[in-house]
Amino acid sequence: MTTLPAYRYTPGPLHATLLAGTVPLFLGALLSDIAYGQTYQIQWANFASWLIAGGLVFAGFAFLFALVNLLRAERKAGQPTLYVLLLLATWVLGLVNAFQHAKDAYAMMPAGLVLSAIVLVLALASTWTGLRSGGAQ
Amino acid sequence: MKTFHTLSLLSAALLLSACGGAEGDKTQARGPDPKLPEQQSSLLPSMKIAEPTPWGEQKPKVPEGYSVTAIATDLAIPRQTLVLPNGDIIVAEGRGGSAAKLKPKDVIASLIKAEGNTKVKSGNRLTLLRDADGDGTYELKTVFADNLNAPYGLAFANGKLYVANQDALVSFDYADGQTKASGPPSKVTDLPAQINHHWTKSLAVSDDGSQLYVGIGSNSNVTERGMEVEIDRAMVWQIDAATGAHKPYATGLRNPTALTIQPDSGKLWTVVNERDELGPDLVPDYLTSVQEGAFYGWPYSYWGQNVDPRAQPQNPAKVAAAIKPDYSLGSHVAALGVDFSIPAMGEKFADGVFVGEHGSWNRDNPVGYKVIFVPFSNGKPSGEPIDFATGFRGDDGKTRGRPVGVTVDPKGALIIADDLANTVWRVTRNK
Repeated sequence: MTTLPAYRYTPGPLHATLLAGTVPLFLGALLSDIAYGQTYQIQWANFASWLIAGGLVFAGFAFLFALVNLLRAERKAGQPTLYVLLLLATWVLGLVNAFQHAKDAYAMMPAGLVLSAIVLVLALASTWTGLRSGGAQ
Repeated sequence: MKTFHTLSLLSAALLLSACGGAEGDKTQARGPDPKLPEQQSSLLPSMKIAEPTPWGEQKPKVPEGYSVTAIATDLAIPRQTLVLPNGDIIVAEGRGGSAAKLKPKDVIASLIKAEGNTKVKSGNRLTLLRDADGDGTYELKTVFADNLNAPYGLAFANGKLYVANQDALVSFDYADGQTKASGPPSKVTDLPAQINHHWTKSLAVSDDGSQLYVGIGSNSNVTERGMEVEIDRAMVWQIDAATGAHKPYATGLRNPTALTIQPDSGKLWTVVNERDELGPDLVPDYLTSVQEGAFYGWPYSYWGQNVDPRAQPQNPAKVAAAIKPDYSLGSHVAALGVDFSIPAMGEKFADGVFVGEHGSWNRDNPVGYKVIFVPFSNGKPSGEPIDFATGFRGDDGKTRGRPVGVTVDPKGALIIADDLANTVWRVTRNK
């Protein structure tokens, strides 16, 4: 296996928890959207709305950690800038998705489902990048 | 939860600054055959919430030759009024609803909309106003009955005062001149009260007093609380006064906020608040005669066969069955009161209905916030509505009052309940 470079620096436990937590939250939202589209049972849409709100809280704090790390770093190692930008994109599109989900009944579909899928991919990419090489020192 | 709070504020700010809308009344299609624009679905609904401010020295503006007086102030959210045979006025005061907040949106929206309403606690009572000497000053203001549950609709027939609480239709025995109920009311029948997203129960009684009509609003804007909670909602019930037995009289009426019986014809009429978030000029609130057995579209369609794709699963059979209402009042005006006029109101306002418009929230350029008169001829609405009482929302953008119930006093006056200023206004002709 490859040897880790000496400068590699990963997020701390709280930062990592917040970051990784975005994945199951946004995944849950996507699955809820699919269930709503299949059944028209409004409770799934309610679940999706709250899961997205939760995802935004986690992603928001993770973004603050990442931004502070980036600004305070003496030496930019890994891909901290890419990581911060990915998290920002996740949060902004997540917010758009939250508004999309605030529309009444089926007005949130199908755009809400598409946005949920995009936000999940962005959350995965942020988490992957962040945990792998998003640190800065 | 700090971030969530910040998020709420951010969303609120975005909601408030969201743009849309056009030139107030001018773009509003009113009358029997309104032109309906395409549906719009913006990411955020356009909003303009009333900014309440006291009336101070100001009053509503009424037509030349008419005067307006505040006959009662410091009420606890007056909604509908009723003139008793001896001229006393009964005012229903209260606020209802127990709708759970299901989405983050509900939390945010309820905070925003609360800004435009009174902060006074629900009165849950009936107040009686009396002008014994007929000088236009209602010197007696007394509680007729209390401990009611958000009373709204009022009607009187055959010695009984009927009150539509948000959960039940009840009646008080009433003898002429009484100023206080002789005891607790007796229940005619329970009314649908789960959730009560639209909690107001409007009421009218047939001329012979045998049939009562209760308007029951939907439990959502457009089924966003699920189809299951819409059973027995968005309809008018006909209730037998003697037995309390009920049947749906007309359905698909999203929120029939006021009912009245047309003199002579004995026909039932209503004003209905239609759905939000399809754009500033959709969907028109309307005035209509209520045809027995008819379906008026909600939630599947509006103004006949205009399908609302938000209600899923759709129901093409119901859409096909939907009938058009009689007369558009304009979108988002929030008509909450209706009553037929009488010749004593003056030549210009002799034949027609008065409509109280609470005013919009889902519109960048506010509409409503006034009392209008819809002229009739041959028993049907004909012609453009005429402003009767305005100035509730001032040119300074501040809102001083919001009209709800309107009642024509047989002496030749219009009683207007104002649930923002907690005032009852009386408009009379100058002698």
